[in-house]
Amino acid sequence: MADMAIEERPQSETFAARLGRAFAHGPLNLFLIFVGLAWLVPTIGLFLTSLLSPGDFINNGWWKVFSHPSLATFKNYSDLWNNTDIPHSLITTTEIAIGGTVLPIIVAALAGYALAWVDFPGRDWLFIVVIGLLVVPLQMALIPIFSLYNTFGIFDTVFSLILFHTAFALPFAIFLLRNFFIGIPKDILESARIDGASEARIFVKLILPLGLPAIASLAIFQFLWTWNDLLVALTLGRNTQPVTVAIFSQLRQFGANIELIAPAAFLSMVVPLAVFFAFQRYFAEGLLAGSVK
Amino acid sequence: MSSSGSITAEPPVLEAPPNAGPGARSYTNALVFLAPAAFFLGVWVLYPMIYTVARSFFGRTGFGEFVGIDNYKALFENDVILKSIENSAIWVAIVPAIITALGLIFAVLTERVRWSVAFKTVVFMPMAISLFATGVIWHVMYLKDPSQGAINATIGGVRSAFVSSGPIQDAQPSSPAIVGSTSKGFSLKTPVHPGQVALIGLTGIPPDDLPASAKQAVAPTATGSEIDGVVWRDFSPGGGTPGKVEPQELGIPGATVALKDTSGKTVQSTKTGDDGAFTFKDVAAGSYTTTVAPSTFSSAFGGVSWLGSKLITPSIIIAYIWVWAGFAMVVIGAGLAAMPRDVLEAARTDGATEWQVFRRVTVPLLAPVLSVVFITMLINVLKVFDIVVSIAPGSTQSDASVIAVQMWRQSFGGVNDFGLGSAIAVFLFILVIPVLMLNVRRFRREV
Repeated sequence: MADMAIEERPQSETFAARLGRAFAHGPLNLFLIFVGLAWLVPTIGLFLTSLLSPGDFINNGWWKVFSHPSLATFKNYSDLWNNTDIPHSLITTTEIAIGGTVLPIIVAALAGYALAWVDFPGRDWLFIVVIGLLVVPLQMALIPIFSLYNTFGIFDTVFSLILFHTAFALPFAIFLLRNFFIGIPKDILESARIDGASEARIFVKLILPLGLPAIASLAIFQFLWTWNDLLVALTLGRNTQPVTVAIFSQLRQFGANIELIAPAAFLSMVVPLAVFFAFQRYFAEGLLAGSVK
Repeated sequence: MSSSGSITAEPPVLEAPPNAGPGARSYTNALVFLAPAAFFLGVWVLYPMIYTVARSFFGRTGFGEFVGIDNYKALFENDVILKSIENSAIWVAIVPAIITALGLIFAVLTERVRWSVAFKTVVFMPMAISLFATGVIWHVMYLKDPSQGAINATIGGVRSAFVSSGPIQDAQPSSPAIVGSTSKGFSLKTPVHPGQVALIGLTGIPPDDLPASAKQAVAPTATGSEIDGVVWRDFSPGGGTPGKVEPQELGIPGATVALKDTSGKTVQSTKTGDDGAFTFKDVAAGSYTTTVAPSTFSSAFGGVSWLGSKLITPSIIIAYIWVWAGFAMVVIGAGLAAMPRDVLEAARTDGATEWQVFRRVTVPLLAPVLSVVFITMLINVLKVFDIVVSIAPGSTQSDASVIAVQMWRQSFGGVNDFGLGSAIAVFLFILVIPVLMLNVRRFRREV
């Protein structure tokens, strides 16, 4: 009996001990609660702002919604849905984000496999070139690609935006996948090769399934990146507007049309936040694996 | 990464006879697997890099107009671009350090509380939101009017706990019978005695400025040892008669009125009611002055202009830190979790205080992780764009501008000078080259 009691102590602390510890950590808990609120409040603020009618916004901060819940209305959202380009821009954003996620993953997985498991001269040098490209600012490509797209007549299309995102995702994606693939046990690949499997078959049947965790991390990362892009779409599009660009074009009259900007900005965040909460672990792992970017 | 072959161990594949042996097969395979990536990197990254460098030596009209290094000179002569470079220097100097420090603090502190998962989720969440939407979020937080901007509302709330604010901001005497100003208070020129009334009419008050509780002013009557009076907005549409309480003239509620004797000493003090009326009871015989005290007019908090030209860059930086602190916390937290616990325990057993353990053991062991976070942020900070264009209002865009913003504005934002834009892009690229070399050196050792 006595032994058991001693063993169990870590799990079942006495109430007094727990209370004592809470007090000892009181200031720390308070500080972290304060920090947590500072991180939470701005986003809630935008959401509540998006519920205020333009007339109410002039005289009432969003926090008044707590004391006067009647101020809140979804009218801004229904107006946004019926009378603006925002719904269409959300579709454009979705198209760009999906294309800009799937294509670079396919291309990078192929290259990552070759760099990890196919022997050829200069392989390591090629990988070092990829690492070098990790930090190249995409500003280096905006002007030439702008001209190139105009020459080839593909300026201002969803497809050409996807191509741009693909290229600039590649160094990081190849880096991440190559490093993951190389951790796959050699025996598995060699026995497949001895069995006469083609490289294509090994890639599809072995590498892709085994690489799934890394691919998932990359997919979430890349999806958020392309969904949230402003600069590329702003430069290489006019009428092909993802939601960020659509809101940007409204910003000139900030304040005058807050009833449009606030709900649109919040809508643009819904999908990324959902992805974030659903796949937080993969997202963090992707960050950790690639924190050289 | 340990299982990859080292550079020196490469088999001499090129000398193998064609179509014989695994070497040749690998070569074709590698080509097939690498071709798509090579196509994308070649067309969208490598070719543009060469193009942009070349283009930076030509003028606005195109490759026909060679200008040498004029575009690079312009970087340091054009005031707007110079301001952007200055701002970027501020960003680089403080942001990576603050984010790394905050990440370290959060990572270490959350290890000690039970709700660390909730805390980490909340702080990490802004990473999912676009920097552009973050800009919109913080623009709303930063609004100047305390009734709209949450930050100024908070400051105003804290301030009002220490500074008593009066019901109205500005006023003037309505007739020559009254002297004074908002800073000295307003008094009747002629002294008053017990049993008399004091009519203190003020004007120059914007109608919105009166508290909502204000009611029709009523001319008082005084009896015996009382001094009665009224403080009111002595202005009715059409003018009315100054010095006389008339219909539609509202009392000023909450005004502080002081009763002073001939030596200037305050004998009594009171506040006006909703109709502006006040009463001093049991006043000893003698002559007195009645004064509407200056505290009635203490100015309201107008709000800090976070989005104004002086504070715009610090304001944007705060929002940016809000986004990236979570990244630093997660990466450093992972480093912390991987740290050998027995080292920490040994230090504690040896009698080291928590601070000493942190300073002498934790931080040195985390140094590689901290430097990764710092360098990552360095690169990100140089490329910052979205959050600047979305937080700063049009009027302070140029005060907030940074290198990447100028690159876009000079190239696509109306100026359309591809020569200058290319030079800015190359300048940006040159700034990241040290990090590029660092990465390459690190991985040449590893692969």
